[in-house]
Amino acid sequence: MKKITLSLIIFVILGCSSQESLDVESANKQGILLLDNGTEPQGLDPHIVTGVTEHKIIIALFEGLTMQNPQGEGVIPGAAESWTISDNGKELLFRIRDDAVWSNGDPLTAEDFVYSWRRILTPALGSKYPDMLYAVKNAEEYNKGLIKNFDQVGVEAIDEKVLKVTLRTKTPFFLKQLAHYATFPVHPNTIEKFGGISNRDSQWTRPANMISNGPFTLTEWSINKVIKVTKNERYWDSDNLKLNGIHFLPIDNESTADRYYRSGKTHNLNIIQTEKISKYQNEFPNEFKLEKYFGTYYYRINTDIAPLNNIKVRKALSLAIDRDVIVDRVTKGGQKPAYSFTPPSKNYYDPPTSLPHDPALARKLLAEAGFPNGNGFPEFELLYNTNEGHQKIAQAIQQFWLKELGIKVTLTNVDWKVYLDRQSQGEFEITRAGWIGDYVDPNSFLDMMVTDRGNNMTGWSNAQYDDYLIKAAFSESEKDRINYFTEAEKILMDELPIIPIYTYTRVYMLREEVKGWFPNMLDTHPYQFISLED
Amino acid sequence: MLVVISATFFMVHAAPGGPFDDDRVASPEIIKQLNETYNLNDPLISQLGNYLLNALQGDFGPSYKYPGRTVSELIASGLPITAELAFYSVLFALLLGILSGIIASLNPGKFLDHFPMSVSMIGICVPSIILGPILILIFGIWLEILPVSGWGEFSGDKILPTITLGSAYAAIFARLTRGGMLEILAQDFIRTARAKGLNETRVVFFHALRGGIMPTIGFLGPAIAGLFAGSFVVETIFQINGIGRYYVQAAFNRDYTLILGISVLITFFTLTFVLLSDILATYLNPRLREKGSIN
Repeated sequence: MKKITLSLIIFVILGCSSQESLDVESANKQGILLLDNGTEPQGLDPHIVTGVTEHKIIIALFEGLTMQNPQGEGVIPGAAESWTISDNGKELLFRIRDDAVWSNGDPLTAEDFVYSWRRILTPALGSKYPDMLYAVKNAEEYNKGLIKNFDQVGVEAIDEKVLKVTLRTKTPFFLKQLAHYATFPVHPNTIEKFGGISNRDSQWTRPANMISNGPFTLTEWSINKVIKVTKNERYWDSDNLKLNGIHFLPIDNESTADRYYRSGKTHNLNIIQTEKISKYQNEFPNEFKLEKYFGTYYYRINTDIAPLNNIKVRKALSLAIDRDVIVDRVTKGGQKPAYSFTPPSKNYYDPPTSLPHDPALARKLLAEAGFPNGNGFPEFELLYNTNEGHQKIAQAIQQFWLKELGIKVTLTNVDWKVYLDRQSQGEFEITRAGWIGDYVDPNSFLDMMVTDRGNNMTGWSNAQYDDYLIKAAFSESEKDRINYFTEAEKILMDELPIIPIYTYTRVYMLREEVKGWFPNMLDTHPYQFISLED
Repeated sequence: MLVVISATFFMVHAAPGGPFDDDRVASPEIIKQLNETYNLNDPLISQLGNYLLNALQGDFGPSYKYPGRTVSELIASGLPITAELAFYSVLFALLLGILSGIIASLNPGKFLDHFPMSVSMIGICVPSIILGPILILIFGIWLEILPVSGWGEFSGDKILPTITLGSAYAAIFARLTRGGMLEILAQDFIRTARAKGLNETRVVFFHALRGGIMPTIGFLGPAIAGLFAGSFVVETIFQINGIGRYYVQAAFNRDYTLILGISVLITFFTLTFVLLSDILATYLNPRLREKGSIN
């Protein structure tokens, strides 16, 4: 009996022990935002990491020349208070704010940007985002080791606070790229102190070491527990900052995150479990958010192999898919059926493409391609990385193709790295894919499909398409530019090396006391604008 | 240990895909550069040599997935959690196992023998990868009384992982205790103790158990080592950030150094705990002790 009692006691202790953490009520009083941030970030070095989780923390710690406008698709001044652009669009002069300083009090200088850009372009650093600066003259050449002298790269400090940037050609989205963390400044002395410009495994991002220039400074980083940042009193606009701090909580389990949110331990719920979406939408309409996101879920076709090299076959495959059924009955997360590769937006780019659901036409095209009723069509493989969501979509599409076209497809799921490896080696017939744009411009999607681009991976090449993208880059007016992109998009949706399925949405919960959090396509919410109502 | 490290080393490098493959494909120049930075372009055998040399000095290298973090640092952040899980599980297994083993041994052939032994047979046969989801289904989803993920974040979230991980060992302990007890209970000194009129509780817990528990003690070392290994499955099911989950994720991420680091650790634990439990068994068992002293 004693043992039973003892075991009961132990279980009670086990059951009751739980960490004490801040709840939203006291956080509201202290002005601290409690964010469910998905997973543990890879790191906090803006020139090394890639990813949304990292982005959300880095924009609290650092600030680039421009900043994403939270209420629109453009940018607003960040560390630069103003800029001028030459008539040919190639030369930009940035005026850095006089009161912009680092968290240790050092002034933020034009030279700091030159150093930082040299760092991300240094081949030995192995950054995965150097192309965010490839618009700068000779940046790509320097990054690829073709030129060794950084003086030849189009960035120089005119004086302490004026930065001159020379572009390869006029690049209308360059200012948007400057709001991306890859182009953010780092503190040169700190980088040098902790291993130098090309050290990837530097300790400079640790709380004790980090010097940053953003609205917040790093105060604590406990792996898989919390990252805490505190208001930077030296930030140029600190008087207008309403938050005193942010706790980023890495909660990678959707059910745990849900529990955190419901029990008042976070201000947001980053991802709502699919089965709870409609319930939350009805029960908490003021907290429930469903917003468009700048991303497309699509299928990538290997156009190097027969019969997928036949446009008619690819069209038939697309025509047989009922996208409405997929978003309404399969994904059920408020996604929108995609009819173009670039997610459309009424404000800036709305390509007139359509991808209808027309099984009769699909059968006709397939017959024209030599496979009436799918007869003689080789059985092929649909590849995706192991994930329940991808599997459900693949099963639905497998059914469409079998039912409407008589084409048999085997579904193959492999782990993430095998999937990536097979895609890059071209060892696939059709794979699922997804892409989130880094900046809101058609270029961040359409450039991918230019001949031999690393992320093209379909083997597809179209000279006219490539030409439209070059023309877009060199076009004089914004209207012409958008027209070229539209023409390119039409070619893409006509030849279909990729089959768009749906446009991503962000479906999440946000407590009502969080103010200044605006919907936008990049899901970027600068903390400078956010406040907590008590 | 050398064999384990070498085998793991060659296996992780043989898996398709590399640590720097990403959704956003980096240019071949960048991948080449990254491989150079981490000496991944060298012949495998010299990479292994370097690794062993550094590992001997306690340097398990940087993590590829988390730049700026060392493998030792990541292990240090996950190990206390895994150790806590293993500790609770072994405690659970011992309490439940020994208790039901005793009950069974006191009622040989009766219901109270067959019932716990049948349950324990199921316990041994059902792997945690099945038991975990079943417990989640019952207690987390149907009854909604216990959290189904995390560790130390919500009240009661430690219960299901502990039961899941401990059950198989509780079952083994139960069978071992039953066997050990039956052997001891049949011996003369027990009969003497009973004849002297000692009460049954005293006979069982003070006289019989000391010997009856021996097989369990002998198995404790391999069990603890096994619990660390078993934590891979349980931590993944319940999303607990211990080294078991790190290991599984590292394998998916092709984070070579982290995989190797944890393999080294687990191998070390296995060897140490088996050794410790042999020593403990010798110490507790007079028969083994005497044999030892004669030699």
